[in-house]
Amino acid sequence: MSAIAIRVESISKQYKIGVRKYRHDTLRDQLMDGLRSLFRHNGRPQRAGDTIWALKDVSFEVKQGEVIGIIGANGAGKSTLLKILSRITEPTSGRAEIYGRVGSLLEVGTGFDRELTGRENIYLNGAILGMTKREIDRKFDEIVAFSGVEKFIETPIKRYSSGMYVRLAFAVAAHLEPEILIVDEVLAVGDAAFQKKCLGKMQEVAGRGRTVLFVSHNLGAVQNLCERVLVLSHGQMEYLGNTYQGINAYLGTTTVSGNGYVDLSSHPARWPGCLPLLTAVRLLDASGTPKGRFLTGETMRIELTFDPVIPIDHPKFGIGVEDCLGARVFSLTTDLSPSVLPPLRDPCQIICHIQELPLTPGRYTLSLSAGTFENGLMDALGHAVAFDVELGDFFGTGKTEANLGRVLVKSLWERTER
Amino acid sequence: MIRKTALAPPLVAGPTPQSKMTNPLVVIEPRKGLFELDLAAVWQYRELVYFLVWRDVKVRYKQTALGAAWVILQPLMTMAIFTVIFSYFAKIPSDGLPYPVFAYAALLPWNYFSQALSRSGNSMIGNAHLITKVYFPRLIIPLASTFTPAVDLLVSVVPLLGLMIWYGVSPTRGVLVLPLFLLLALVTALSVGLWLSPIHVRYHDVGYVTPFLIQLWMYASPVIYPVSLVPEHWRLLYSFNPMAGVIEGFRWALLGKQSPDFAVMAVSAALVVALLLAGLVFFKHMESSFADIV
Repeated sequence: MSAIAIRVESISKQYKIGVRKYRHDTLRDQLMDGLRSLFRHNGRPQRAGDTIWALKDVSFEVKQGEVIGIIGANGAGKSTLLKILSRITEPTSGRAEIYGRVGSLLEVGTGFDRELTGRENIYLNGAILGMTKREIDRKFDEIVAFSGVEKFIETPIKRYSSGMYVRLAFAVAAHLEPEILIVDEVLAVGDAAFQKKCLGKMQEVAGRGRTVLFVSHNLGAVQNLCERVLVLSHGQMEYLGNTYQGINAYLGTTTVSGNGYVDLSSHPARWPGCLPLLTAVRLLDASGTPKGRFLTGETMRIELTFDPVIPIDHPKFGIGVEDCLGARVFSLTTDLSPSVLPPLRDPCQIICHIQELPLTPGRYTLSLSAGTFENGLMDALGHAVAFDVELGDFFGTGKTEANLGRVLVKSLWERTER
Repeated sequence: MIRKTALAPPLVAGPTPQSKMTNPLVVIEPRKGLFELDLAAVWQYRELVYFLVWRDVKVRYKQTALGAAWVILQPLMTMAIFTVIFSYFAKIPSDGLPYPVFAYAALLPWNYFSQALSRSGNSMIGNAHLITKVYFPRLIIPLASTFTPAVDLLVSVVPLLGLMIWYGVSPTRGVLVLPLFLLLALVTALSVGLWLSPIHVRYHDVGYVTPFLIQLWMYASPVIYPVSLVPEHWRLLYSFNPMAGVIEGFRWALLGKQSPDFAVMAVSAALVVALLLAGLVFFKHMESSFADIV
């Protein structure tokens, strides 16, 4: 039996939303409030509406050397959990025991100072992450080599490109040598090549018997790296176990499949900063019946309810189809289609026709985006709606088989004489 | 509350770990005790104090034409203005010493103190990006910000030596206890900073109050005037201001002026230590919520 690295016992974290909204941001407000609450027995808010539970009663254990992925929709409590385990914030109740030195990476480049040079920032950032000066001295060359910014190491990082900045920052973090590594969504930055390098480094860390807790929306990376996943939903633990099943459970919780209709007006999967222009999505079959279950080869219509808010002359829409690991299978965009949409003035339905669904059986999700030629992207939602595909007669031959891959393509065969 | 267990087993109720298991390195749970200061953790992170001071010193005069010369120019210019206004115009006496030296010897500890106080009062807000992303003992932040201006102080001693030679003033053996006066100024700034910075996280009003507090404090300290100008019956109360003792101490050690009353200074130092301990408890008490509200 391997030893425990982390034991979490019914950890809960409550936030006072009043504080977050600057209700008590000045002394005067607080004095007034203080007078009112003088006779309350303690400082805890009395009304349930003033607080939210970011985490509620979460318990789990992580064994030493295990790599665990934490997945969940925005606001599910992933970051809060990591913050508690990294000791940045305290739980409201419950407790956790940690057996080993923790290195946490909730952001790359924490404490980087734009005025300082690359060299100086390596030392500063390293010290902030908990390395000693001797440790940094020893690893300095390795860090610089990993970052690939050797030539600019004496340049203030404010002159760095954002890519260089991220590479340097990750290089420092990657050379932390904790027994337990806690990583939040840091791999979402940098170009594809660098992401691959980071993933490689993480795998290396995991391979050396380190315990890793890894939060990511990149389900492919989670599938790749993690032995088990923890699925959080609304602050509660939804699932803990096998990665593949966990990912499916997660996709099941974030998206309402079954009837093929999702109200998007306040959907948690909306990207930050987007306008809620896409207000609903509906999946229909050839006869116009909404449904969440399609057959391979069937006609599928994706109906987006769109409220342009301002008149849009040149609208653009995009739909990405992802498999159960979150990997994009194919994309459908107005840009690449011969169809031309008219200018949009009022709320309307935009319909995308897929003549013969080329997907093999499984669970899929759709990511949606809308924008204009002038303004670019205006609204986007990741994994907004899920649907299931079942075995159908794609080839029109009445024959089919399992394990044909992700996508089916019709083909003709012949033999030519020469 | 987060506790590091070095050798002792965890002092918390809860299921006992299985026999084969070692004790947890860290236990995370809501804070209960009021007096768990966890100063050992601060000691463990002492290198971070060094790096934060180093950062602040390095960054300060980047992209300035005169660079570190500002460390010397600022007190010199203040001294010149004080001399013109308070010595020539207002005819404020300086206990027989040349007013420029008299003022400069006070500006050294005073500038240090006002910098240290305003920096530590703002420190938690200024380092919010660290507090929300990385763990380290939060005490490191106000601590580092009271050390930073000490670097300036050391540099600005140089022109004082020039002034002393120019005016023919020689230091006394009291110079040897100068570090103690500086320590008192540091502890005073830190203990007030420990109160201000947690409040600042919650109420940004502190950002407006602090400069005003520093200004008031300067008028309550013998920076521009000698203590001999304070009416006799106020003198005792006045000397409980630790900065009065510090400034008088600097003038005594450097310029050979009459020494401050060390008995009174000891009392005010004791008060400062009490304020420091209370500040530590207060700071630790507020610490847990920093990352949530900053």
